[in-house]
Amino acid sequence: MTNEWPLWEVFIRGQHGQSHRHVGSLHAPDAEMAIKNARDVYTRRNEGVSIWVVKAADIVASAPGDKEALFEPSNAKVYRHPTFYDIPDEVGRM
Amino acid sequence: MNAGPLFELALRMGDNALILGQRVSAWCGHAPVLEEDIAMANVGLDLIGQAKLWLTLAGEVEGAGRDADALAFLRDSRDFRNVLLVEQPNGDYGRTLMRQFLFDAWHLPILKGLRQSGEARVADIAGKCAKEAAYHLDRSSDLVIRLGDGTAESRARMQAALDFLFPFVAEMTAADAIDDEIAAAGLGPRLADITREFSDTVAAVSAAATLALPSAPARTVAGPWRGKAGRHTEEFGRLLAEMQWMQRAYPGVSW
Repeated sequence: MTNEWPLWEVFIRGQHGQSHRHVGSLHAPDAEMAIKNARDVYTRRNEGVSIWVVKAADIVASAPGDKEALFEPSNAKVYRHPTFYDIPDEVGRM
Repeated sequence: MNAGPLFELALRMGDNALILGQRVSAWCGHAPVLEEDIAMANVGLDLIGQAKLWLTLAGEVEGAGRDADALAFLRDSRDFRNVLLVEQPNGDYGRTLMRQFLFDAWHLPILKGLRQSGEARVADIAGKCAKEAAYHLDRSSDLVIRLGDGTAESRARMQAALDFLFPFVAEMTAADAIDDEIAAAGLGPRLADITREFSDTVAAVSAAATLALPSAPARTVAGPWRGKAGRHTEEFGRLLAEMQWMQRAYPGVSW
């Protein structure tokens, strides 16, 4: 179909203090309807306090082929990973 | 069947929600796009949830041992109190949206009025329903504007829908003896008091949608053809047959 509505990516903030998380995508003719549709498609079970939508075409992504160059070097630097600490439960989500 | 104004009020509100919910739910799996399908089903579910609240209240008030299910599934056409607008067949998607808009534009102000009801149970239910109705109106007016002010095809369909449905609005804004009784008992607003908000919304949205409002009184569906007095249109029998057949065929069935 040539006149299909553009694709939008939907991000929802589950609770205050958390960041928006990608939850999926949908089609809509414009941003306002994308928000409305996101409300109906992705927050039916009271999932969120805030919705972001962004045109899928506007997202610039890293190329899968660049994976090694981008991510491999940091993997080797184990001292950058804060995995040696015990985090108390009371801290919650970090 | 007249068990007093509170019973009638609860039936009228509950039957409007139930019958429109039944109509809207028929789109589930058939709406033009996936997103609309889910949104429309949400509206239908909201309405059926509201119907349950109102009909439960009606059953309590009546005191004859009927619960919401008994009232929904075991009454006959003449005992239903919904307005004729909500029972009109879905037609194309434009007509479904126009019917939704005209109902929402009326539903929200009446619920706001009912929030001030002297009867606490009514005010409580209306408070819950008004939040949903506000979203329904937001959605339906937006879509009516988009489609009215859209392509030549969509505009023609929305105008045809408005022309077809507008006459059914008459009974929603003209009070009958029971509406007067409800207002006099302090249970709900006078219809005259909510008609202005309704008319303003309809006028503003039609204008933004580039649609011409039909001249209402010329083809008014008032007089004997009032759904809220139990006199329904032909299609209503078929709707009830589909909605009620299981309880009729297997009385008391549950799952």
